[in-house]
Amino acid sequence: MIDFTFTEEQELFRKAAREFAETKIAPHVPMMEETNGGWDEVVKELAEAEMFAVTIPEEYGGLGMGYMGRLIALEEIARVSVATAMMYQVFGLGIEPIMKFGTEEQKKKYLPKFVTGERLPTVAVTEPSGGSDPKGARTTYKKVNDSYVLNGRKCFITNSHIADVQIVLAKDEDNPEAFTAFILEIGMDGFKPTHIEHKVGMRGCNTGEIEMKNVEVPAENVLGGEGKGLKVSMSAIGDAGRGGMVGCALGLQQACLDESIKFSNERILYGKPIGKLQAIQFKIADMKIDLEAGRLLGYRAAAIQDQGGRSSNEFAAAKYYTTEAAQRAAKMAVDIHGGYGCMEEIPVTRFLRDSYVLGPSAGTSDIMKVIVARWAVS
Amino acid sequence: MLNIIVCVKAVPDPNDADKLKIDPVTKSLPRSDISLVINPLDSHALEAALEIKRNDDAHITILCMGPPPAGNIVKECLALGADKGILLSDPAFAGADAFATAYTLAKAIEKNGAVDLIFCGMASSDGATEWVGPEIATFLNMPVVTMVNEIVENAGDEWIVKADYEHGYRKVKIKLPAVLTVTRNLNQPKALSFSGILKARKKEIITWDLKDLGVPVENVGLKGSPTIVTEMTRLESRREVEILEGSLQEKVDRLIKILKNSGVVNV
Repeated sequence: MIDFTFTEEQELFRKAAREFAETKIAPHVPMMEETNGGWDEVVKELAEAEMFAVTIPEEYGGLGMGYMGRLIALEEIARVSVATAMMYQVFGLGIEPIMKFGTEEQKKKYLPKFVTGERLPTVAVTEPSGGSDPKGARTTYKKVNDSYVLNGRKCFITNSHIADVQIVLAKDEDNPEAFTAFILEIGMDGFKPTHIEHKVGMRGCNTGEIEMKNVEVPAENVLGGEGKGLKVSMSAIGDAGRGGMVGCALGLQQACLDESIKFSNERILYGKPIGKLQAIQFKIADMKIDLEAGRLLGYRAAAIQDQGGRSSNEFAAAKYYTTEAAQRAAKMAVDIHGGYGCMEEIPVTRFLRDSYVLGPSAGTSDIMKVIVARWAVS
Repeated sequence: MLNIIVCVKAVPDPNDADKLKIDPVTKSLPRSDISLVINPLDSHALEAALEIKRNDDAHITILCMGPPPAGNIVKECLALGADKGILLSDPAFAGADAFATAYTLAKAIEKNGAVDLIFCGMASSDGATEWVGPEIATFLNMPVVTMVNEIVENAGDEWIVKADYEHGYRKVKIKLPAVLTVTRNLNQPKALSFSGILKARKKEIITWDLKDLGVPVENVGLKGSPTIVTEMTRLESRREVEILEGSLQEKVDRLIKILKNSGVVNV
């Protein structure tokens, strides 16, 4: 029989992550919402709670808790703050390609510092021309002697202004079919974050643009080999990126359900709590069914990864299902709250705004369907 | 090295209070199918031991009596930094009052060997008798200080502690080995850490049953409990929520009416 239960240890991870989110992250949420900032404080909390160490192998100072551990942590953080979970998930996305494709020197140089939060990574693929079609990228590199010179611009980059190690995808100026991933570091001449975005939701989650003007990158900063950039970046996004979004979506779904149950038990209509009305119960049931189904999809995909397999297709299905379900859950939560669902001091309004940022991150729902269809017919 | 034992009770999770059932025969709270958490004051007892361990050479053993699921609580204590866990689990131990619990714990402490210090929470969140700590001390013929809120001096084998007392406090010099029961003012328990959870993988949890302790069955559990609970009932607490609607004036009028009707104001 298939065992669908979490281990005792995983239950403890969840407990630790929940305590962390409720005691260390929740107090920052109002300020993040108000200012669309506060990420430095939140990142410090994440580092102190060893969150950056979760996926990094023990030999590099990490905890080696794998995709399951990461998904548990993400779900619990997102239940309290999707904005924080989003930043955390993209740090994980930045760690992933160095773990999978980095040379031993690169791993030794970066991973121990990621563990402590001394250095913070992200991945920069998307450009104004789009993110799901990386071949349309206009950022270029040119080999000059023993190094490479990069020029271009990336947009909608999560952690753009926090991460000091950024994995940038660029195409060969002389061969538009050749793509390479480079590890860029803040401090390299010509490389800097520029514009900060103001998103409809996930306020306090840093998103912005980066600019490369004649940035000279040494050859040892090529990640995964010259010409292997698409494999490096797409593998990271397919596994860690989509997997991370599943965690963000599941946490948000749980938050919608929690708030809806709480409100429907307190709100009296026709002399009884509205939770006694079948119309409300059906919404609660829909949310719960979506959450349970999403968890099965997401945790199964994570388990496949931890057993040494690849599950980018499974994560695509889970990402589609959970982020769509999160939008449905947020809409239902707002509906259950009636007029209160329009008031900014009520958390469900935040949930609704946050839910709409889940969709396009790491690939839209339509792109996920393209991947799933390709998987189905293959 | 100081050998410290921390007695920990697995109590019903307050978040699942509505799921609690009372056994109509034993008048106790069956724990086998409800979620359990560390008794909150026992977390302070564990933190007291951990604070000592951070500064001195100490070995912390967790001692817990409960059904097999209470093993998760022992594991959590190991993840928080304790070194070894002992779970006392046997159907014969079920239904124990404070006396039988203290007797069983004391027998386990004797079996475990040398001990310098025994920490307990001042009371449990479910039984709340405050007797288990002092009774353990009695069974083991050790001194006890209850309601400790500060460890003033802990050098050598004579310690000075500060403890709540009526409307004030008392400072007590106590010779080890001793039993201390602690209040929530003693410290702030630290949160679980991921690395602590992973370290707990290598730590030992021993389970002892009635046979392992080698004590007569009539001395433990319900049979060994002189306390007779004649009745246990659920407290009904009712809360009503009314969300005031209408114009500001209508809301204020309604609020004044509610306050007058409930006797809060008299205008």
